[in-house]
Amino acid sequence: MTLADALAILAPRIPAGTACIHANGYVSRAGCAARDREECFYMIGSMGLAASIGLGVALTRPDRRVLVLDGDGNVLMNPGALASIGAAAPPNLHHVCFDNGAHASTGGQRTISDHVRLEEVARACGYRWSGRVETPEALAAEVPALLGREGPAFLLIRIALGPPGPPGPRIPHAPEAMTARLRRALGAAA
Amino acid sequence: MGGTGTLSAERPTARPAGPFVDRLQAAGFDFFVGVPCSLVGPVIAELERRGLYLPETREDAALGVAAGAYLGGRLPVVIMQNSGLGVSLNALGSLHLLYRMPCLLLVTWRGYRGEDAPEHLVMGRVLPDLLDVLGIPHRAPVPDTVEADVAWAAAQIRERQTPVALVVLPGLFA
Repeated sequence: MTLADALAILAPRIPAGTACIHANGYVSRAGCAARDREECFYMIGSMGLAASIGLGVALTRPDRRVLVLDGDGNVLMNPGALASIGAAAPPNLHHVCFDNGAHASTGGQRTISDHVRLEEVARACGYRWSGRVETPEALAAEVPALLGREGPAFLLIRIALGPPGPPGPRIPHAPEAMTARLRRALGAAA
Repeated sequence: MGGTGTLSAERPTARPAGPFVDRLQAAGFDFFVGVPCSLVGPVIAELERRGLYLPETREDAALGVAAGAYLGGRLPVVIMQNSGLGVSLNALGSLHLLYRMPCLLLVTWRGYRGEDAPEHLVMGRVLPDLLDVLGIPHRAPVPDTVEADVAWAAAQIRERQTPVALVVLPGLFA
């Protein structure tokens, strides 16, 4: 199961209106290629901060579901975000981490996720639920359950490092346009 | 969190934090996140009393949360020591400035005039230049200007839709 395979299973199961915060790199590219909506936000920089951004949205918009689509390199760069999310415990925040054990967008250099069970870190940080799936069948079964749980909930999706090269085109939206459209989708003032 | 800041001889009249927080709220700031410094200890304590303060683990993570709060419709303040501005460069460059996400940076000035513990001297020397290089407008309020400077910062933020900094000198808050 590659990143694109996992997103093909996850994306159609994301409820309309969910604010989706994508980590930078291939997570954003593949996520945008799989399912692009007004309420989808793609980081093209600021590695490590997807979960922090998701926390800010979740705390200020408790009426909306927030899904953070993260990667193992991103989570390991800013593990404090797991602690902050666990401490603030927003029930509307769900967090998935695509773990391929590598920095795919810079050429596949290894991360250290083989030695760190990130779902156990999330649980220790105070997430109400965390788990791991490693097959397409398990992922398809788990997604509806995950989104039905009270957050914060963390699902690690173990994936294979895909073929070399990007899984989708560069993000076609200007950064400030992504800010404006998510604020519009959330009903924030222009 | 640093040690106690020195009270500058020229600025003996420190301001209480309550009216300053009142002023921030009146200017529209409604989300407060940060990493502490002793120079803004009274401000954080006042925010905590009002149930408004979210402690973060790192300054760039605080900026990430502030970005999310802005996306959610809030106008955030990010509190940090100037040492944390170094931690924040990538978040400012590739998130807030790039995506046009405003916030008020309340940045303390440890190492002001070279009078501080050694770990603060390099960042203390370059702080205004660093903000200038990033294109972040900044003022360092003194007690007589703090209300006007908050109004200036709020106006700059609304006009530019990017971060603006108020630099907190030692002894500003009591």
